Amino acid sequence: MKLASLLAQKKPQIVDRWIKLLYDSYPPQAAVFLKKEKDKFDNPVGYSIARGLDKIFTALVQEMETEQLLAALDEVVRIRALQDIPPSQALAFLFLLKNIVREELAEEFEKRNLAGELMELDSRIDGLVLLGFDAYTKRREKLCEIRINEVKNRVSGLLRKSGLSINSI
Amino acid sequence: MAKVPKPAELLPGLNFQPPAKGWMDVKPDFRPGTYCNPASPKWMEWISYPFPEKRSIPDGEWALPDNWQEIVLEGMEDRLNRFRSLKVFFDICVRCGACADKCHFFLGTGDPKNMPVLRAELLRSVYRRYFKKAGQILGELAGARDLTEDVIREWYFYLYQCTICRRCSVFCPYGIDMAEMTLLGRELLASVGLNIDWAMASVAQCYDKGSHIGATPQAFKDMVDFLAEENERITGVTTTPSYNRKGAEVLFVMPSGDYFADPGTFTMMGYMLLFEYIGLDYTFSTYAAEGGNFGWFISHEMGKRLNAKIYHEAKRLGVKWILGGECGHMWRVCNQYMPTWWGPVDFLEEPVSPITGTRFENAKVHKMVHISEFTADLIKNGKLNLDPQRNAHIKMTFHDSCNTARGMGIFEEPRYVINNVLPEGNFIEMPPNTIREKTFCCGSSSGINANENMELRMQGGFPRANAVRFVHEKYGVNHLGCICALDRATLPTLLEYWVPEVEVTGITELVGNALIFPDEIERTTDLRDRDLVGFGEAAEEDAEEAE
Repeated sequence: MKLASLLAQKKPQIVDRWIKLLYDSYPPQAAVFLKKEKDKFDNPVGYSIARGLDKIFTALVQEMETEQLLAALDEVVRIRALQDIPPSQALAFLFLLKNIVREELAEEFEKRNLAGELMELDSRIDGLVLLGFDAYTKRREKLCEIRINEVKNRVSGLLRKSGLSINSI
Repeated sequence: MAKVPKPAELLPGLNFQPPAKGWMDVKPDFRPGTYCNPASPKWMEWISYPFPEKRSIPDGEWALPDNWQEIVLEGMEDRLNRFRSLKVFFDICVRCGACADKCHFFLGTGDPKNMPVLRAELLRSVYRRYFKKAGQILGELAGARDLTEDVIREWYFYLYQCTICRRCSVFCPYGIDMAEMTLLGRELLASVGLNIDWAMASVAQCYDKGSHIGATPQAFKDMVDFLAEENERITGVTTTPSYNRKGAEVLFVMPSGDYFADPGTFTMMGYMLLFEYIGLDYTFSTYAAEGGNFGWFISHEMGKRLNAKIYHEAKRLGVKWILGGECGHMWRVCNQYMPTWWGPVDFLEEPVSPITGTRFENAKVHKMVHISEFTADLIKNGKLNLDPQRNAHIKMTFHDSCNTARGMGIFEEPRYVINNVLPEGNFIEMPPNTIREKTFCCGSSSGINANENMELRMQGGFPRANAVRFVHEKYGVNHLGCICALDRATLPTLLEYWVPEVEVTGITELVGNALIFPDEIERTTDLRDRDLVGFGEAAEEDAEEAE
């Protein structure tokens, strides 16, 4: 696949642009901070987004297994699933990749006949979004699960005293 | 064709930049998951708190009293007169921004109003409007604004998105203490009936029954007796607790989380094993069975009311001094407030360890010693026979709890204990900008460890979890240690979302695992009934394999 090698070559530019776009979707003051602070512990959201998008792109281009794609998606989705946003907004960043690829590889698309491969890539990004739904739902379910577990944990010593396992209720 | 938004249009920052609004014009968005429910009138009636009404925040039913503005402004004036620090903090900030990106809630949510400088401005703008000439004349131009219902709603939203952790004040060149402003702001909210249910329920239960979880003295005794039986089952050692025993040398006070909720209960078992080992003459009080103090999260006055029982019981039982368990905010209240509220404490003696003779001069005023200080001193003086191999299955990092670490400077003692109860190489520090005085908060303290605001808690705790994940991935860390009961209650939930491979433990639990008693049975499990590495059947199997 010719496109695959082009994507691999252009990876730094594409991923960088993708990261910046996602940062820009935050309130202006937060976007400035996300871009500026490079320490991964002082800027955990910025760092995780950057690391996650890089992993997602790599997994997509290298045609990795679904499990690996899901793990890469989870890096970003578990943050987006918390941040005051409906699922449509939480996952919209995945579609941005289509435009970024088109813009970054505009010249190559003109020079070479890549229409078929581009269609194939679009279709894979669509698949990525569908997996994104899985990752998002899993995270929302996890939130419900930890809420329930915490309620149980508050009396876990008492349950143990009564001979009950926390998992049996 | 149907009008469907394009993906980029769904992302507000990319679609269009809304016309620049000043921060005063942006209203908080009360989405489920981001705020705590208002207190039920029942709890407020229990403790005679003003304006108990049924309130519903999403519907905008705030039920403020008619003269609420008058109450808030009079309350602010009163506090400005009583707390010089508040006036200084209001006046001195130059908005340098050093604190802006230091708050875990800003880092997790990206909401600019969680920058401490702006959170303080929510209160400061009202101060300017009513108490400063420039604000009275120039209004918004001088950063002043009227006290409206919107402002009160904003206070409620953001003052309960601050965990009073004080990380921002470490970075502030003037040392402005956001925690104090948040506490006083919460007092103003309480004065017009606005409290959060989780904190208020805990306070009412504690005031009425003796502990935040509503455990009666009988339930407390019942549970501690059970944990003593568990100790005997696992170690063969009888740890006989005594309750309300007059004439004991030491009163031991712990947070209720340590006797009702795992993993705190294992720490409680550790306390009892340690005291049995050294033969400490101590007693529990069923009336001072709650060291924690959610009252302090609502107001100084309520903090004082809940705290009263500790010195009262120490006096009634005639003990010499008080030993405190692993708790964060209990420790800050006891050290920084208790002697001021009730002192001078002339009915107690300056604490001296009966085992080592060490005089705890740092506790001269309040007469209360922290278990980490006490245990570190025992180890330092060679009084404990410890087998760190019994904790070989634990590879741990340590979370400095905000109140004990940043609040009280207890950095070395727990680390000293940890290094003596874990095999060499099993203790791994998190990166320096996330520990000690720069420690990241658990994201759920100061009474906001409710259930309905889980999204917010997970965002606020993300910086801490991010550092834990790093040491888990890089070094295989599987436990997060802490000396705070709120941490033991909230960090398991945080880690279940972000780093599920890591469990939470108290430090005295590890001491309990490692202590070698002369008359103990063969130890094959730790206090949680988990198999030890290299002991019992596991060791036999290893030996067989080797043959």
